[in-house]
Amino acid sequence: MSALARPRFEAAVCFENATIGYDRHPAVHHVRGRIEPGALVAVVGPNGAGKSTLMKAIAGLLQPLSGRVVVEGCPRRGIGYLPQQAEVDRSFPIPVFDFIAMGLWRARGVFGGFRRRDDEAVARALAAVGLAGFERRALDTLSGGQFQRVLFARLLLQDSPLVLLDEPFTAVDDRTGDDLMTIVLGWHREGRTVVAVLHDLGQVRAHFPETMLIARELVAWGSTGEVLTERNLATARRMTEAFDDHAPVCHEDHP
Amino acid sequence: MTAFDLLLAPFVEFAFMRRALVGAVSLSVGAAPIGVFLLLRRMSLMGDAMAHAILPGAAIGFLVAGLDLMAMTFGGIVAGLVVVLLSGLVARTTVLREDASLAAFYLISLAVGVVIVSLRGSSVDLMHVLFGTVLALDDDALLFIALIATVSVSALALIWRPLVLECVDPGFLRIVSGNGAAVHLAFLVLVVLNLVAGFQALGTLLAVGMMMLPAASSRFWVRDVGAMTAVSMLIAALSAVAGLLASFHLSLPSGPAIILAAGVVHIFSIAFGTAGGFVPRLIPAPHRAN
Repeated sequence: MSALARPRFEAAVCFENATIGYDRHPAVHHVRGRIEPGALVAVVGPNGAGKSTLMKAIAGLLQPLSGRVVVEGCPRRGIGYLPQQAEVDRSFPIPVFDFIAMGLWRARGVFGGFRRRDDEAVARALAAVGLAGFERRALDTLSGGQFQRVLFARLLLQDSPLVLLDEPFTAVDDRTGDDLMTIVLGWHREGRTVVAVLHDLGQVRAHFPETMLIARELVAWGSTGEVLTERNLATARRMTEAFDDHAPVCHEDHP
Repeated sequence: MTAFDLLLAPFVEFAFMRRALVGAVSLSVGAAPIGVFLLLRRMSLMGDAMAHAILPGAAIGFLVAGLDLMAMTFGGIVAGLVVVLLSGLVARTTVLREDASLAAFYLISLAVGVVIVSLRGSSVDLMHVLFGTVLALDDDALLFIALIATVSVSALALIWRPLVLECVDPGFLRIVSGNGAAVHLAFLVLVVLNLVAGFQALGTLLAVGMMMLPAASSRFWVRDVGAMTAVSMLIAALSAVAGLLASFHLSLPSGPAIILAAGVVHIFSIAFGTAGGFVPRLIPAPHRAN
């Protein structure tokens, strides 16, 4: 096979009986399976199902309580991760350009000089999210939807083989949601692996070939049509959300 | 009285005024940008806490070596770093947040400091430590202040990118560099160094003024963090000159005069600052079409 024929991105995620949670309480337990390179996966489940926790574990921000979450084909620092509530201080006085340029961190590092083509890359990313000409605007002058577009522009610059999106379309209007979805589909076409937490099942059915349905544990994982059945969704809804401080030790590993 | 008498003569005629000028301006260059980041990180009161925290170190140095600059400085740096590291450690390993644990440690530190000073020194010495002696800076002190300013500005330039990123989006920094704690720690060390430099000239209590007042004023004039550091340096240096002149002509204590000058600039900025000041907001401006 020639070098040209090899796909540029080959990021996969492998869950090896992973249990992830806080303070010994699993938020989601005994996840097994593999996200293949180039997959476009939706993560679906009720509130408190452990979706965000799962994403944090893939991003490497949370160590599994047991088992392993292994990311192949993408260095941990190269993962493009959009958290549900980005801890961005939007009152900090820097222009949009500087904020987006942080996406080049891996390429330029702490001291790397900023070149002409970096300026152009930033401008292209801004244009791609429909914010051409916003370079000098201050962060605190942006609307919620515009800020979400800015976060996507930064993700574009990160050029990651693996993109994790935690509820990327919540609190944005339809037009912004559609524009951002187009970018996600573009990533998929380029062969990047994309995992997104979503609530809009219509959107999942329309665009995502693969779905993980979780409710504190894996309910179903496979092609979207087979996963999003009434029966599976009803099972997911019956999940218990409460942490019980005196819950017995889970015996799946220790029969 | 000519403009020369008013503005230049004190510095031309008196060496101690020239020394004070060099010391205070060096201090402005180092401390003001640090203040900008404290302000933007919503840690404005942290400078105050730290200024109190370095007291026992300086007092122990004073107890061991008398009014010796190096001993007091070294003690101050050690005490400041101990408090910073301890509170950082407690914040990362227990349920207590960093501000609370810092408050706890600096109060303990302050009490220890006052006890040590009163064990040996008179109240004159205590006043000296608390309010500084900008008019009696010797060569060593000047070199030290200049050295800290140089180190501080260079270090800030080196850690600028991660520091800004840590302020704006700490979660993102954790992902792309794996470690946000290092830059936070480096920044806290710079805070301590600048406070120790400041307390030579202005004393532990007023050193914070040189750090925070110009920084807070700069927010009323510009909207960009880089520009804010430059403007804050300028305001701090102007306040230093104005304060020294006021102190000379009106026989005011020099340290407080410098901080008061910075205070006057601050109140002026609140009122007339072009980027969010009070009066410009009152002036009705028709909104643009787009």
